Amino acid sequence: MLFWTTIKIALRSMLANKLRAILTMLGMIIGVAAVIAMLALGNGAKSRILGWVSRMGKNTITIFPHNPKIPPVLNGAAEPLTLGDAHAMLSIPGVKYVSPVVTSGDPVKWGTNETYCNIIGCASTYIIIHDFQVQSGHMFNDFDTRDRASVAVIGPETATRLFGSQDPLGHTITISTERFQVVGVLVPKGRHGWFDPDNQVLLPYTTAMTKLMGRAVALNHIDMQVDHAVDLTPVQNKAEEILRIRHSLIKGDEDDFWISNQLQVIQMANNIGGAFTMFLGSVAGISLLVGGIGIMNIMLVTVTERTREIGIRKAIGARRRDILRQFLIESVLVSLMGGLIGVAVGVVAAHYVKFRNFSGQVEPHMVILALSISAAIGIFFGYYPARRAAGLNPIEALRYE
Amino acid sequence: MVELKNKSALLEIRGMVKRYMLGETEVLALNKVDLSIQEGDMVAITGPSGSGKSTLMNILGCLDDFDAGTYVISGEDVSKLTGDKLADIRNRLIGFVFQNFNLLPRLSALENVELPLLYSAHKDAKAAARKALEAVGLADRMHHEPTQLSGGQRQRVAIARAIVTNPAIILADEPTGNLDSRVGKEILDVFHKINDQGRTIVIVTHDSNVARHCRREVQIRDGQIVDIIEHNRSARQLVAQAG
Repeated sequence: MLFWTTIKIALRSMLANKLRAILTMLGMIIGVAAVIAMLALGNGAKSRILGWVSRMGKNTITIFPHNPKIPPVLNGAAEPLTLGDAHAMLSIPGVKYVSPVVTSGDPVKWGTNETYCNIIGCASTYIIIHDFQVQSGHMFNDFDTRDRASVAVIGPETATRLFGSQDPLGHTITISTERFQVVGVLVPKGRHGWFDPDNQVLLPYTTAMTKLMGRAVALNHIDMQVDHAVDLTPVQNKAEEILRIRHSLIKGDEDDFWISNQLQVIQMANNIGGAFTMFLGSVAGISLLVGGIGIMNIMLVTVTERTREIGIRKAIGARRRDILRQFLIESVLVSLMGGLIGVAVGVVAAHYVKFRNFSGQVEPHMVILALSISAAIGIFFGYYPARRAAGLNPIEALRYE
Repeated sequence: MVELKNKSALLEIRGMVKRYMLGETEVLALNKVDLSIQEGDMVAITGPSGSGKSTLMNILGCLDDFDAGTYVISGEDVSKLTGDKLADIRNRLIGFVFQNFNLLPRLSALENVELPLLYSAHKDAKAAARKALEAVGLADRMHHEPTQLSGGQRQRVAIARAIVTNPAIILADEPTGNLDSRVGKEILDVFHKINDQGRTIVIVTHDSNVARHCRREVQIRDGQIVDIIEHNRSARQLVAQAG
């Protein structure tokens, strides 16, 4: 009863001082809008990264030839990853596909057209592991790999750069001095940052290793896909065990290779995205603090202006906590209304602001968070003025002009 | 007229002392004051400014503490009470009427009168407030805000707010001080009316005409009661008729 009357009185005094109420709320509006927009932007970035990671194949494990825990200067002593290592992975239960991967960055030519792209020597299963589709032609097969056939499957971006609007199928492209026949074109996946999965040339790894890399034996990495029903961790442990034996590592030696699975990458992306969001949110949070100080300032003015009212209320029986509650309700009301308007502004801003190639994504928990923070700011910054009001001496307050 | 059957005092002050510092010098605002007021009485407290009548009024109203003595109101000893306990006594036992009305702006007359009941979590504040406003003759102005009311009407709202909690005593501080004499007389008539209904009223005033409306006049000089004058009923009525 008293609660509703208090809210009614607070709303009326806000209406009577519209400009002041709006200016007071402005700090909260800007702060909350900034927090919402920044959290949404961070969230958008995160989901963009996660989307990209999951588009790079499901349930994948990748083995790299260097352990980042070992200083680079000692890495020379590491055993390279070999085809033998890759074949050994096939013996692990649950592993469905394994592809050795060698890469190079030579220019690719067709006639007078030339472009730079990733040249990837891999097994035919590479496109299954990484979830690529072929839009025309076909992927090279295991016979091509066995025969070191000079065939290539190219990404859609590479196709456009070399062939324009022409159909690349059946044409011969040149890499270094070697010639390859285009047998397939991949479906586009969408570029992400520094890595463009649409601008690459896939060759049988046997062909790439003998013709482009001078019969090198070291692999750049080994990619594998695990059956979706199987847990990644035991497979990863088994792979580590096998490689340690193959690389003649004894107990106490660090691995001279590095195994990462997709879940770890997703987790890392999550952590980075979360940290990014937190950072943006905290920067915006500072403006909330400024908004809170604005509320405190106005509440102190209000308490002084309404000293006589406080005196009257005390004379007719208001207790300390009644006065305290009244002014706390008022400051929370102001900050919450500012917060509500700020949420609306922030949601609209997050919708329209596009940063590079991702836009903001607002989630309900952000709105709840922003509103709770607004209320908390109202209580925190309203407490001191309210306590001051509650502590006034009724006789002096009644005499106040 | 209501017969005063209960002769034990409603309000009893014994040996009341109140000091305060004025710069370096100590001022004795109240110097061992004894006063008792019976239920249904209508008492004026008079004296020149600085006599201590405002201090006495503040203490009677439980707005201020004191240095020595006892104060019992309606059987409750409030001598040792402070803070929220005094607020509770003010809410239940005392109704204030001020010189400058002291209504809350932006609240209707009805809401102003309701306010003391809201602080005591009264069950039907609205109905009680309506009854109080009817009792002071403002049934048709309930939804007006103070700025839309005349001075006399505002003071009636204030009286309604004072009686709505059914307090032991109504304390009025110069209730006619801001009103012209005609309206002032109307307000005194309202006080007479509610006194006739059995309410105990204490009016602090420097105006001897107002004092003569009361049954008794307590005169204060230099922090002490110097005289208590009984105004008899017929004389009071004469005063009332003369205005």
